[in-house]
Amino acid sequence: MFEPVLTSFVREPNSFTLDVSLTHGAYEGLRKAVTLQPGQVIDLVKASGLRGRGGAGFPTGMKWGFVPKDSPKPKYVCCNADESEPGTFKDHVLMERNPHLVIEGVAIACYAIGAKVGYIYIRGEFHHVSQVLEAAIAEARARGFLGRNIFGSGFDCDIHVHRGAGAYEAGEESALLESLEGKRAQPRLRPPFPAVVGLYGCPTVINNVETLANVPLILTKGSEWFTSLGPEKNSGPKLFCVSGHVNTPGVYEATMHTTLRQLIYDYAGGMRGGRALKAVIPGGSSTPVLLPDAIDAPASFDGVVKAGSMLGSAAMIVMDDTTCMVWAAENLIHFYRHESCGKCTPCREGADWMLKILHKIERGEGEMRDLDLLESVARNINGKTLCPFGEAEVAPVLSTLAHFRHEYEAHIREGRCPLPAPWRCGGGH
Amino acid sequence: MTFHPKMPYDTGLHQSARQLPEAGEPFAFTPENLARLEDIARRYPPERRRSALLPALYLVQRQQGYVSARAMAHVAEVVGVTPAEVEDVVSYYTMFYAQRVGTYVLQVCRTLSCALNGAERITDVLSRKLGIKPGETDPTGTFTLMEVECLGACDRAPVVVVNDQWHECLKPEDAERLVDDLRTKGLDALSGCHLCVEKR
Repeated sequence: MFEPVLTSFVREPNSFTLDVSLTHGAYEGLRKAVTLQPGQVIDLVKASGLRGRGGAGFPTGMKWGFVPKDSPKPKYVCCNADESEPGTFKDHVLMERNPHLVIEGVAIACYAIGAKVGYIYIRGEFHHVSQVLEAAIAEARARGFLGRNIFGSGFDCDIHVHRGAGAYEAGEESALLESLEGKRAQPRLRPPFPAVVGLYGCPTVINNVETLANVPLILTKGSEWFTSLGPEKNSGPKLFCVSGHVNTPGVYEATMHTTLRQLIYDYAGGMRGGRALKAVIPGGSSTPVLLPDAIDAPASFDGVVKAGSMLGSAAMIVMDDTTCMVWAAENLIHFYRHESCGKCTPCREGADWMLKILHKIERGEGEMRDLDLLESVARNINGKTLCPFGEAEVAPVLSTLAHFRHEYEAHIREGRCPLPAPWRCGGGH
Repeated sequence: MTFHPKMPYDTGLHQSARQLPEAGEPFAFTPENLARLEDIARRYPPERRRSALLPALYLVQRQQGYVSARAMAHVAEVVGVTPAEVEDVVSYYTMFYAQRVGTYVLQVCRTLSCALNGAERITDVLSRKLGIKPGETDPTGTFTLMEVECLGACDRAPVVVVNDQWHECLKPEDAERLVDDLRTKGLDALSGCHLCVEKR
């Protein structure tokens, strides 16, 4: 039976304070890290098989290894706490209830790559969370876990919170750097990759909050413990967010052996009102929807890919049989049109066109040829943008068209939305 | 002048969508806010002062409620960039307001998880109750209604943020009462984030 480790004490009162965190072994990972060579820390993370929890699942140790060791420039660690992918709310829990684990992870990453400064880039809407983090950093600094000569090792490290101001695109790593430099959050052309030319033109590692929170555990419990959890190449504890039409939506910690079905029916208490499951988005709005017949797949990076989607940020949005899938696609494309940073034409203009077509169909004014047009617009965005936003915004359209084409056709045939659920606004929006 | 015979250039299609910021009252940071800004600027390398631009704009908004054109000019001077660069940033980020807003800015999350739980109806109820459409401020300057995208609290849907504070699991049938409660109790009417268990 798996015992939570990332969220083991988040329900305790004052879990965010240093005193409570210390009774649960806070900063023991950092204490051990500074007795090792930086290269040994990177090797340990490589051996653990830790993969990035932000969405792409890229091996963390390998990312750290790309930072040039001989660069004369300062190096930086950026913790990506922008958490804006629709359906995702896991980093929120970690930062608010276990901030010292995140701070410790950032400090260890700094030590491993030779950085003296780390920035936690947090989304602007998490105002109260940023205050918790600031207070936790001040506590850690006051007790010598941050600052100069940490644990007498000669390692200096400081961490700062940088608050964004409402931009989904700031969660994309190069756009995050732009935003941190005081500009619009728009992506950069790669190569060069941030590991070589990142923040202020210096080598930079950017990791998700949950990724960094795993690092202290790897130091204290070992890489073998880490790989023993979960399927091969999908190791370690994982936070899953379940929202939508389920009885008990929330953040659940489990291994990646867990299936999507278990997450919906066991962890999240099953479908609300006992209704039938219609579709599930397994990894945040940027991942293709899955049908009920695919939910026996393990919720692992590789398992969900095999099932025809992606684990992404492990944010499941569950929809019951009252949900109109054209409406759902329109809702998400509204999000993408609003959040497109505007730098690449296919993404900026394409999102607008997709929304117009979807809105027309949802209102009951669509024509059959609109379906081909919609698909053609989507295919002309896919792979033609600087960052993965393009692929993300076509996922809801292409996957609903593939699985629910009959619903699109019903809208057009009947000249109305055949499924105007009572929880929606009458007459469309 | 037309560039294409079939393009109706007289209908405003050729006009820029740029919304000019309000000029506003003369603006300068209070000594306390200026000191705060200098504190924040020390987090970044001295030659990278521009990184303090977003924090500076938050301070402006805290001081005068929105970011006026005059405030942008002041920030440009203090941070060491051009006023155009400041406006570029203000116009990009949704949390900076270049126009005056109400005392309470009601921000209803409209993205999928909240929408599946009735967010559309909440906006509708609030809109009728306040007599304004999303994006507008009521004539008394008390409430601004906005629809915003995913706020990262999908397990407590639907979520509404008022200014900087959260209200979770708002039901459409309770939305009218929230407005009344805000009028009488202010921000204490809000539930806050369920994770802040110590505050209850």
